[in-house]
Amino acid sequence: MGDFNNYEAVIGLEVHTQLLTKTKMFCSCPNIFGKEPNSAVCPVCLGLPGALPVINLEGVRLAVKAALALNIGINKKSLFARKNYFYPDLPKGYQISQYLDPVSSDGYLSVKTDGTEKKIRINRLHIEEDAGKLIHAGSRSYVDLNRAGTPLVEIVSEPDLSSAAEAVEYLKNLREILVYLEVSDGNMEEGSFRCDANVSVRRKGEDKLGTRAEIKNVNSFKFVQKAIEYEIERQIEITLAGGKVVQETRLFDSKTNTTRPMRGKEEAHDYRYFEEPDLPPLILDDEFIGEVKKSITELPRAKREKYVSKYKLTEYDAEALTKDKEIARYFEDLIDKNNGRVEIKKLANWVVNDLLFGLKSITSIGKPANKEVIEKAISELTHVGADNFLELILEVESGNINKNTGNTVLLEMLKDPNKRAAEIIKEENLAQVSDDKGIEEVISRVLSENPKELEAYFAGKDKLFGFFVGEVMKKSKGKANPKKVNEMLRGYLESLKKGGN
Amino acid sequence: MNLFNLTIHELNGLFKKGEATSRDVTESFRKRIEEIDPKVNSFLYTDFDEAFKNAEEADRIIKSGKNFPELCGIPLSIKDIFLMKGKKTTCASKILENFVSPYESTVTKRLRENGYVFLGKVNLDEFAMGSSTENSAYHITKNPYDLKRVPGGSSGGSAASVSAALSAGSFGTDTGGSVRQPAALCGVVGLKPTYGLISRYGIIAFSSSLDQAGVLAKDSLDAAIMLKAVAGFDEKDQTTRKFDIKDYPAIVSGASKSLIKGLKVGIPSEFFTEGLDPKIASKILEMRDLFRDLGAEIVDVSLPDTKYSIATYYVIATSEASSNLERYDGIRFGYRFKDENGGFFGTLDDLYRKSREYGFGKEVKRRIILGTFALSAGYYDAYYKKASLVRKLIIKNYRDAFKKADIIIGPTSPTPAFLIGEKMDDPLSMYLSDIYTISINLAYLPALSIPVGVVDNPSWGGFLPVGMQIVSPWLTEDRLLSVARIIEGEIGFRDKYKPEFKNG
Repeated sequence: MGDFNNYEAVIGLEVHTQLLTKTKMFCSCPNIFGKEPNSAVCPVCLGLPGALPVINLEGVRLAVKAALALNIGINKKSLFARKNYFYPDLPKGYQISQYLDPVSSDGYLSVKTDGTEKKIRINRLHIEEDAGKLIHAGSRSYVDLNRAGTPLVEIVSEPDLSSAAEAVEYLKNLREILVYLEVSDGNMEEGSFRCDANVSVRRKGEDKLGTRAEIKNVNSFKFVQKAIEYEIERQIEITLAGGKVVQETRLFDSKTNTTRPMRGKEEAHDYRYFEEPDLPPLILDDEFIGEVKKSITELPRAKREKYVSKYKLTEYDAEALTKDKEIARYFEDLIDKNNGRVEIKKLANWVVNDLLFGLKSITSIGKPANKEVIEKAISELTHVGADNFLELILEVESGNINKNTGNTVLLEMLKDPNKRAAEIIKEENLAQVSDDKGIEEVISRVLSENPKELEAYFAGKDKLFGFFVGEVMKKSKGKANPKKVNEMLRGYLESLKKGGN
Repeated sequence: MNLFNLTIHELNGLFKKGEATSRDVTESFRKRIEEIDPKVNSFLYTDFDEAFKNAEEADRIIKSGKNFPELCGIPLSIKDIFLMKGKKTTCASKILENFVSPYESTVTKRLRENGYVFLGKVNLDEFAMGSSTENSAYHITKNPYDLKRVPGGSSGGSAASVSAALSAGSFGTDTGGSVRQPAALCGVVGLKPTYGLISRYGIIAFSSSLDQAGVLAKDSLDAAIMLKAVAGFDEKDQTTRKFDIKDYPAIVSGASKSLIKGLKVGIPSEFFTEGLDPKIASKILEMRDLFRDLGAEIVDVSLPDTKYSIATYYVIATSEASSNLERYDGIRFGYRFKDENGGFFGTLDDLYRKSREYGFGKEVKRRIILGTFALSAGYYDAYYKKASLVRKLIIKNYRDAFKKADIIIGPTSPTPAFLIGEKMDDPLSMYLSDIYTISINLAYLPALSIPVGVVDNPSWGGFLPVGMQIVSPWLTEDRLLSVARIIEGEIGFRDKYKPEFKNG
């Protein structure tokens, strides 16, 4: 039959992501997660008799935004449909979704793995509503319908992915775009970004698709990777043993890193889709689509490319600066305000090394930086306006203060965002002592306080020069310009030597 | 003078002149209901506390001397399919036996704003599925003209309550004829407006693309007053649109015979099919002659595809119903199955099955099963999709017909009121009661039924009312009601015939 290497995997992904609307998709209840159970509900999302859905245009706007960013065609006329099934978390007994004519179809997302670029085709993007939640406690089950009716989009890829790594890369890209556009918060743990994977295997070179299994319930990138890897292996093993893969829905078990079939009943659904008679067709005009288009900001990938090619930044810096939308916005604001005074590369260094990296250690005070700390730092960063931060950078670049002092000033600024850099420098008397007289005073003090070392130095222990520099810097509390100290100390010692001789 | 016998516009006239108060009128209806309703059984429940509270409020408004709405102080009955905050709404189903609505339907909200008096909820076929009101889980409503006969349905309680003068008017719903057919059988006016003219918010859904609220009234002017009070765009129902709402009562009360002169009246042969009672056929032909005498031009129109209406309707309506009724699952509200120990420890599926088995009546289950089948994988194309295509043909039939005719007339029902039990074991013959009304819902059109005379009661003498259906193009309720107003003036049905509550 051949070995593992003769087989390849074919993977398609279905992503569900919650939209960041203020209200639910078909009623005006707040779209809020984790409130008191059944507190964000109304007759519509409770599925009470006689209640009717009303389309939330903000939800449509976000769906169209996502579609445009993912290069998916917008259908000017789309239809809502009912997907019928019974479950206690589904109050109406059907989910309002889109079936035959989704709001958006035919697009692609580029994915880079091993340095090569691949276009993953996207079949469709459609709007639907989420179900509520069941809470099981002992022998009882409770229904919380706060989530019922919250807006979702489902994004369905073609089976163009061929490895677990590729699938994860696709998901990361997708998530990054959706979060960047503020379409979704992308939170996988809380379930606002969820993924089902369709996996099949076939002999290499074969055109026909193998029988697929759908894996549900994978709520982290790591689990997606593990689930797909396990599934590929499982299917190839079956095939190699002469068996047949069964078309079925499987659940991922994160404890064992395996997948297991769902019970037959759970998947034996005939959803009886039909047009939702309570809603008219969704008609989008050019004006609406045009307005959404205008609201799309530059995507992270495009930004990275620009940073590298135009600003000559390293890939590493470009990545760090674009990882978060706020940081990128801040950085670009800085470039604008700087207006060519400081080299962009230096600005990038300031943001990446001093602000992001330094900030992490400042705010965590020695603790290893974690997600929370970074988030806090980002929010603090935006407190310190770009113009104020630029002021600080200019103070350092002009030599008025040194870089260490710069970080001290930054800390002060973070504590009190209203304080300007120049103000802090003046108040704390932090400006570098660059004037000859001041430095000379310190030098003479250091040398007179360390006669033994001075003697040893004159006796040929040249290394002690560094010691004197250190002492001078210490005495001047870091304010002295080190270059200047070096120069003057050397001159002072020369003159002492001469004078002594 | 018996106040309960007056029309809404007559009562309004008395209020204006200060010759009667809403309280007087409400009291008159209370007495009438207590005397007559035990025979007719039109109400599921009355709510006189609420009625007198409403009446007092209305009298305050009337006395304040300002302009007040025509419905102010008028006692109405409401089909028990409209949700009213804090009131029981059962839809005549056991599954909603103790359901108290936490919110108000748009129709009843607007009625409140108009200052109406709520008398109580009237009977219907369970979930509005039926043509005789025999499918109510609670009791059978009788036809006021012959208590051994049905009032029609599904708005049978509404029609009977207006016919027996137990309410000044009633709001019902019409999915395939549920306002017009009982109106015809009970000798009252029944109007089903254009789909989307009245909000469906808070009306328990049977078939969403066909359901429309309608009015049952003593005459066409009353119907116009009731329509005006509730019609118009509702942001809570996206199938309503920002239509221009006309001043129907003003238009209708100003209608004169000259309106009929030159009016093109279509009588399609498809409305005179096998199964039509010949006495009803000849009544409608008399009406054709009346139109001609009044100067109308009788034109030939054809609705060739309406012969598929019943089949099309029963696919679409049951499909939508199978989905609309999924929410009655025993989980959040309404009836939940309990075993003899008062609990239930079976599986979730068993809980669904048992709750729905005992909660729903036979006809409702029949339609859920039909609709579920029609939508299932592999059958969708053959049934639901095909029915949707035929629906488009029927719409086109009417559009073509209205190029030639201003209105279309025909019988409302193929037979007069039939006997209780007569058709209960023969659903197909029951379904055929709506043969002339169903295509209008499929085409989203407005139509009304007005009483045009009587035929002999074949069982034991006396007489039974006959209704004529008038159909007009989308959003021409003003034309429909004006024409009806002229015709009812010519016939004088209300002066000639009154129900006598015989054979009880």
